[in-house]
Amino acid sequence: MKKSIVVGLAAALCVSGGVGVEASARDYISIVGSSTVYPFATTVAEQFGKTTRFKTPKIESTGSGGGLKLFCSGIGTAHPDIANASRRIKKSEYEQCLENGVKEIVEVKIGYDGIVLANSKNAAQMDIERKDLFLALAKSVPDPKNEGKFIDNPYQTWKDVNPALPAVKIEVLGPPPTSGTRDAFVELVMDEGCAAFPSIEAVKSTDKDMHKSICRTIREDGAYIEAGENDNLIVQKLNVNPDAYGIFGFSFLDQNTDRIQGSKIEGKSPTFEEIAAGAYPVSRPLYFYVKKAHIGTIPGMEEYLAEFTSDKAWGEEGYLTDKGLIPMPDDERLRFTDDVKSLRPLALE
Amino acid sequence: MPIPGHSRKDALPMQDVESSAPSSVRTIDIINRKLNKRYRAEKRFKRLGLAAILSSLLFLALLFISIASQGYSAFVQTYILLDIHFSRDVFDVGNLAGADYNGLVRKSLQSLFPEVRGRQEKRMLNGLISSGASFQLQKMVMSDTSIIGSTRSVWVPADDDVDMLMKGRIDRSAPEAERRLKDVQLGWIDGLRGDHRLQKKFNMIFFTGGDSREPELAGILGATMGSMYTLIVTLLLSFPVGVASAIYLEEFAPRNKWIDLIEVNINNLAAVPSIVFGLLGLAVFLNFFGLPRSAPLVGGLVLTLMTLPTIIIASRVSIQSVPPSIREAALGVGASKMQTVFHHVMPLALPGMLTGTIIGMARALGESAPLLMIGMVAFIVDPPGGFLEPATVLPVQIYLWADSPERAFVERTSAAIIVLLAFLMVMNAAAVFLRSKFERRW
Repeated sequence: MKKSIVVGLAAALCVSGGVGVEASARDYISIVGSSTVYPFATTVAEQFGKTTRFKTPKIESTGSGGGLKLFCSGIGTAHPDIANASRRIKKSEYEQCLENGVKEIVEVKIGYDGIVLANSKNAAQMDIERKDLFLALAKSVPDPKNEGKFIDNPYQTWKDVNPALPAVKIEVLGPPPTSGTRDAFVELVMDEGCAAFPSIEAVKSTDKDMHKSICRTIREDGAYIEAGENDNLIVQKLNVNPDAYGIFGFSFLDQNTDRIQGSKIEGKSPTFEEIAAGAYPVSRPLYFYVKKAHIGTIPGMEEYLAEFTSDKAWGEEGYLTDKGLIPMPDDERLRFTDDVKSLRPLALE
Repeated sequence: MPIPGHSRKDALPMQDVESSAPSSVRTIDIINRKLNKRYRAEKRFKRLGLAAILSSLLFLALLFISIASQGYSAFVQTYILLDIHFSRDVFDVGNLAGADYNGLVRKSLQSLFPEVRGRQEKRMLNGLISSGASFQLQKMVMSDTSIIGSTRSVWVPADDDVDMLMKGRIDRSAPEAERRLKDVQLGWIDGLRGDHRLQKKFNMIFFTGGDSREPELAGILGATMGSMYTLIVTLLLSFPVGVASAIYLEEFAPRNKWIDLIEVNINNLAAVPSIVFGLLGLAVFLNFFGLPRSAPLVGGLVLTLMTLPTIIIASRVSIQSVPPSIREAALGVGASKMQTVFHHVMPLALPGMLTGTIIGMARALGESAPLLMIGMVAFIVDPPGGFLEPATVLPVQIYLWADSPERAFVERTSAAIIVLLAFLMVMNAAAVFLRSKFERRW
């Protein structure tokens, strides 16, 4: 008696679910992707939802890789319309897209994000070069006594790395390998730092994999502490420990300028102006990718793109800059505005 | 070395017993000799137990204090009083929503500070008011068009930076370059405060708003609704299924190795990490059945899988605690097995089953990991209106806010935790109440 009710209920729920799916011509935009782009995309989405007759888009924070995987899984309302990414789409991902019938993708660069090395205001500001950062954070470094040989990182203090730096123990809080920020840091700091050592460059010609592993492996002896994806946590930890340094996105520095300071890299401070001018070396472009086939079927797609690419959003004084986005130079911005207007599909060579 | 020493000590009383006449050593002497040691051991154990309880209470208190001290301030919010003139020439009858409400706010601010000139300065002045102010005005006009043409005093939310300053979370004495609010802005804020145009009021938006990127406009209504829809699905499915399985396993199932196997697996399922259920949900409900992503229905289904073992185990324990004499008496007067179970065993076991269910629900309410896989970790502004609309849940909202750079989200994160903890406490208190009120002991 009771059981039949149970079975009936379960069946009813399943059926209502099934019917709902068939009926759901999705009336909101579905966006997935990078947690770095998330604060900017959500700001635009909210503005878009409030000022137009369309529903506010749904934005999932899945990470760049996870987002592009979902994005490339097919065409149709079950799949997301837009993928945010804190790096450019990879060739393998693009091919995955093509394989699943996602033929035309519009690439939109939205601006730049600086990656900063910061510490507490209670300590002195550091001025460091990327090659010293590499020496401080890599797992294996060239042996100073024997050129061409590699040893486990022996440096304990910043002063060991370079006598001009403070005699403070190396203690850096940074993102884990799953993070896009970590990928960008490795690419923009470690790889570049690596290139300053002829002995490492020499390896490149003989053993490419080894070169990669020397340049890209971060030390695991406790000097680099993986602090999880939560950048607020890193900021709080820097606050209580003036000797520690943290690696995170510019927007967190921007929000906490009274507590923490960004270290100069190659003599350039991580300020809005320096990053926007392209002088600060550690900055990366942010993107989003649009499924062209969904424009026209999902309501509001064109209007969302128009909102995102409007000057009041991503312009030099747009509301996204309040959230910490570094806008593109005028000509680049114009180029992408045109691309969006004409919906020029991406062609990866 | 310690081993021979140890054994000698233990052997001592034995030697005493053997060397003297058996009648002169009474058992009570041996007991008395060891009594103090036994009392000490007992005291030591009691103290250890007490210390364990106290330290866990201390940590709990620390958690509550840190959350409450960070979060209490989010329940008030800084508002600014503006005299808005709803001028007739701003509004076009056909398109009330499209009027320039931002302009109204700017004009009103301008009239308060007529000395502010220049684009940059005006921008800074307008930055004191939340971007939500124009939407508030829009709502006012849409609901009552008669205010067009009149001038009204309206309390609008201040920007989150102003709010943080008013709550003392921004250090005014820091050098100007290191502050998000510049000296001239501090001057305007002090001016507003002097005119009683700046006040902290109860933060209604926090309870009536959906998620927002602006901390001063962000609320938990959307997440709470999402949690509610998800839990309704979970309850509707897991309670009947769980109770039915428990009754079958306890009262009807034959004792054989298949049933043993099922039992072992139910116990195993209770220990499976919750993210695994999320992966299962992704594979089965989304990919196979094609249910929509981010829907409370799918969230509820996944959480059902997670809470089912808890409910089955609790229900079985409470059925087991019903004495066999009840069943025998019922069978003795001619009740069928079915009647015995539903008329006599179930009513007595129900309080225990409900307790288990509530505890399972409380666990489901606090769960975020499995929902990550099915797309409920998302920015959703509009509160969901049904089981298939995209939604998020309270723990996920906490996670998303904790990861936001704006400082005002720190206190909102804590405030949302307070709300979640309050829900959990109410649920657990209900479980305790049910147990003490209705449970019968034999």
